[in-house]
Amino acid sequence: MSFNINKHNLLRWIPSGRSFIVGIPYSWLLVFFLVPFIIVLKISLSEAETAIPPYSDVFQYVDETVKIILNLGNYLFLLEDDLYLAAYISSLKIAFFSAVFCLLLGYPMAYAMAQASDKWKAILLLSILLPSWTSFLIRVYAWIGILKNNGLINNLLMWLGIIDNPLPMLNTNFAVYVGVVYTYLPFMVLPIYAILTKLDNSLLEASADLGAKPWQTFLRVTLPLSKNGIIAGSMLVFIPVVGEFVIPELLGGPESLMIGKVLWQEFFNNRDWPIAAALAMVMLVILIIPITLFHKYQAKEQES
Amino acid sequence: MQKGRLTFSNYVLAFGLLFLYLPMVLLIIYSFNESKLVTVWAGFSIKWYMELFSDRQLIAAVWMSLRIAFMSACMAVVLGTMAAYIMVRFGRFKGKTAFSSMITAPLVMPDVITGLSLLLLFVAMSQAFGWPAERGMMTIWIAHVTFCTAYVAVVVSSRLKEMDISLVEAAMDLGASPLKTFFLITVPVIAPALLSGWLIAFTLSLDDLVIASFVSGPSATTLPMVVFSSVRLGVSPKINALATLIILIVSLVAFMAWWFARKAELKQRQQL
Repeated sequence: MSFNINKHNLLRWIPSGRSFIVGIPYSWLLVFFLVPFIIVLKISLSEAETAIPPYSDVFQYVDETVKIILNLGNYLFLLEDDLYLAAYISSLKIAFFSAVFCLLLGYPMAYAMAQASDKWKAILLLSILLPSWTSFLIRVYAWIGILKNNGLINNLLMWLGIIDNPLPMLNTNFAVYVGVVYTYLPFMVLPIYAILTKLDNSLLEASADLGAKPWQTFLRVTLPLSKNGIIAGSMLVFIPVVGEFVIPELLGGPESLMIGKVLWQEFFNNRDWPIAAALAMVMLVILIIPITLFHKYQAKEQES
Repeated sequence: MQKGRLTFSNYVLAFGLLFLYLPMVLLIIYSFNESKLVTVWAGFSIKWYMELFSDRQLIAAVWMSLRIAFMSACMAVVLGTMAAYIMVRFGRFKGKTAFSSMITAPLVMPDVITGLSLLLLFVAMSQAFGWPAERGMMTIWIAHVTFCTAYVAVVVSSRLKEMDISLVEAAMDLGASPLKTFFLITVPVIAPALLSGWLIAFTLSLDDLVIASFVSGPSATTLPMVVFSSVRLGVSPKINALATLIILIVSLVAFMAWWFARKAELKQRQQL
């Protein structure tokens, strides 16, 4: 880039302007994104108290010395009680299989979209985006009416004479999977579509010319080239689902124990802030690897 | 055989779209149901809509949500555009890795973690400096700006990357200041992305339940919070009516935004 700046002595302005522009969003994110995690860590190491706010102070000033009292009890409590371990495992399991189901359904959808003509591409892209813009809560709610004992599916099956008694679907893990796949499907389709639509067709033609069968071309050319889209889509589904609260609360039952739901209950029902903070801290540690993977993909996207 | 696989993926696409739209279509149909029982059809009626419009608490929550969403979207566009500009145009600078991590992390961060950590921040801040004295609109706004900024940054930076840099260089060569170049050249070119970023932030803010529940106080109740508490009490046809209105309004706005953005893009392509 060339600058023509002698006239107004802008040279002096530019560096300060630059750091000023970096400074605003940087400090916003530092204060409202990074610092909160440090505070969560601090509170996870405090003790629950019946006070406002309901936790003890980690730093105490007694007899002219600052005492730092770190309470590891919250973390030990998470280990002792089977409930929390079960909730973490169940969350990871549901998030993993949801990502797999979204991939199995979303990949062919993205593939078909990428193959469509330009006019159709625009229409299909809008059709995929539109549901994710309408209320998440309402789309989850819609499934209650469909999955209930006297809901649409059961009524239809009984009317057809396939079943005599309603199948229990609502308040099961099945309903949680349906809800999760339904709401997170666009997050899988979009990154895969973004990669597939940029794919160089001459590579596919070359593969076909060299005698590869279509499925061989797909497995050895298309699939490896769309790897980054698959990783991004899977992480966009997996990470938020681990902490999901609304879907297990509305569609799940007692068996669908998820860590987001447990955290919510510890915080709002039991008012145990330190335990809630410890739950969040452990969740964050578990999610560091997938978040790093997603960040790597984003960085690659930025470079390309 | 090429054709065979193509039809398979087309079938899956058709099934996927049906899966995405059928529940919403059913919701719309049943919102006009006379019966109180949601799944028994008892004739066409708009009485649930009438009941909806006379619900004072609900209408107050709608206004609260719209105000927060409007202000969050505006601020998120400013911050997100700055962040995108920094990421795409500024090259390497000290702390860039940390910056780009912080800008992408909110895209995936579970809502419960974001909500809890922001609440604990606000509590710690009000203890330390006495601000914010009360949680409500202000704290929800801050929380929403923080996570919406990430989405705006992604949308705007992909448009910035596609932009022809020679336009900027030409303006600079002709003596325009960086600031002037930004507002006269860059902003018009990326305007469709700014609009879609704004709309994404607006709908995300309007839609958020979990984070708002954590950081709000007794003075601010948003629409998702009202919907959630009434859904918990059981399915009601009133919620169907509300859902239908939300789906129709959002679809209309989204379609219009998409239409204008596409038109602007086509026009730009023709000009270049």
